[in-house]
Amino acid sequence: MADTHIRASADALLRAPASARGPRDPAAIIRWTLLAMGAIVMVMPIVYMLSASFKYPYEMYNLNIIPKEPTAENYAYVLSDGRFYRWFANSFFVATCTTVSAVFFDALVGYALCKFRFRGRLIVFIAILSTLMIPTEMLVIPWYLMSRSFGWLDTYWGIMFPGMMTAFGTFLMKQFFETVPDDFLEAARIDGLNEFQIWWSVALPMVTPALSALAIFIFLGNWTAFIWPLIVTNSQELYTLPVGLTTFSVEQTVDWELIMTGAALATIPTLIVFLIFQRYIIRGIAMAGLKG
Amino acid sequence: MATVSIQNLVKAYGKTEVLHGINLDVADGEFVVFVGPSGCGKSTTLRMIAGLEEVTSGEILIGERVVNHLEPKDRDIAMVFQNYAIYPHMTVRKNIGFGLRTSKLPKADKQKRIDEVAAILSMTDYLDRKPAQLSGGQRQRVAIGRAMVRDPAVFLFDEPLSNLDAQLRTQMRLEIKKLHQRVGTTIIFVTHDQVEAMTMADRIVIMKDGHIQQVGTPAEVFHKPANVFVAQFIGAPSMNMLDGVYAGGVITTAGRRVAVALPLPDGAAVTVGIRPDDLRVSDGAALFEGTVSVLEPLGAETLAHIDIGGRDVIARADGRAPPPVGARVHLSADTANMHFFAPDGEALR
Repeated sequence: MADTHIRASADALLRAPASARGPRDPAAIIRWTLLAMGAIVMVMPIVYMLSASFKYPYEMYNLNIIPKEPTAENYAYVLSDGRFYRWFANSFFVATCTTVSAVFFDALVGYALCKFRFRGRLIVFIAILSTLMIPTEMLVIPWYLMSRSFGWLDTYWGIMFPGMMTAFGTFLMKQFFETVPDDFLEAARIDGLNEFQIWWSVALPMVTPALSALAIFIFLGNWTAFIWPLIVTNSQELYTLPVGLTTFSVEQTVDWELIMTGAALATIPTLIVFLIFQRYIIRGIAMAGLKG
Repeated sequence: MATVSIQNLVKAYGKTEVLHGINLDVADGEFVVFVGPSGCGKSTTLRMIAGLEEVTSGEILIGERVVNHLEPKDRDIAMVFQNYAIYPHMTVRKNIGFGLRTSKLPKADKQKRIDEVAAILSMTDYLDRKPAQLSGGQRQRVAIGRAMVRDPAVFLFDEPLSNLDAQLRTQMRLEIKKLHQRVGTTIIFVTHDQVEAMTMADRIVIMKDGHIQQVGTPAEVFHKPANVFVAQFIGAPSMNMLDGVYAGGVITTAGRRVAVALPLPDGAAVTVGIRPDDLRVSDGAALFEGTVSVLEPLGAETLAHIDIGGRDVIARADGRAPPPVGARVHLSADTANMHFFAPDGEALR
């Protein structure tokens, strides 16, 4: 029905005279100009990163997109540095563990807050939500003090623990569980499942788009995380990729071409994740009414 | 199979009481339908029987056991919900077999049971499909199959036909009735549709505002309604109600006199109820006279709205040759088919 409607609208648009199609419509011109500007702002750093990764150092501060003498030496250098693989693996390990944990706990807590009626439910929810209003830069101090007290400094656990459960994810999942009718849960209750089984076998599969979107957000967030891993780690063996890339800058010089090359390589997994799950990301964002 | 007994059942949410001490005994293998308008407490009662709502006071017995504090899974019941509640991520086979997940039956026996149920419901060819690939009626069958597969003592149906279109509803009504005749399990069925109640039930429980108004067979509640509410709720179109005054064995209503002996003092107000089927458009001796204001053709018959001195009554007229709008007509009715209600709404005979 919707497809037919869209097709009919498209046909009508194609049949319309050129003047009515939009390009000369002032509102459309403004709309397209703003979109183009937004796209340039978003895309330019990525284009510049890719461009710089193929440049020699002398060309770094030229803003030309196409290098005069393109070179793959930067890639060869970075990929021949054994540390790069270690940092890549660290990032992958940290992002994967954090994502699995956060998705599990966010969905569990979101479900409990959504589907159970208990004293203090609203207070707990507001308390979780309120942490969303505190910037990471503020949170690193208590995180650091905590890590020091528990001996978590310079450990994988130290890097991961702040992200093992997220307020945003809890809120997102709670909102999604609202869309699961209670009848499904009650039917499962009558069929003899316990509450955990109901959550796992019935409720969770019904919010798969949200789970996928959340998993991608969390994975990307942890893959690109910089400040906390920088603070909590000292040993290079524990660096994540964004932290490791900073070692290409020393006191007097910054090897931007190498940093850009590392950054370009670091975007590959995120691109793969996005390309595989983009359907879920877009549906998840649409369903949650969120902006990125 | 089992009996269900409800004794002085009360449900309150905080200080608001929504069920006011209802009593009911459902016999083993009986098909009982709870019917009433929205908010009358019928679904709440069903959910309390299922164990999905806590009992404020009173007792529910399934078989010989008081089940007030038993978990839903321990009550030996199965429930079919209004929106089917079949899991979209599972195939029909998995949905039907879901109720057996916690069963200790061997896997082969479970599969056999699923196949049997699917065959009964004519769903064998759809076992590998997902719910999204099924029609509304097929989905409803899957929901019923999931309930059947557990072979429960009592089936609970919570408005299961509400989401179906009229034609499918009629078909499923018949199928559920046949199913009951075949399996003989006790069924408690909730609906707001009095036609569903009339056509399916062994006994109907009519509820209003958290009270049971009447319990009886479809014929009893139709022909001998306990009060004005039941008289108007059961039957479509509703019973015509005419206010009158009783004196000396005669009721004067709408300017006409009806001779009938009632246990009322002279001068008492009385309501006369006449079903549209019992009010005939006639050429002969007339009880009322009036003008046809609106016609509702239904094919085989026509509902004629007739103005009798400022009051609108409905009579069934011949579908082929109904009186025209504006025509002056005579209406006759047999006193034996009339219903009489006291001022408090209770039936007088």
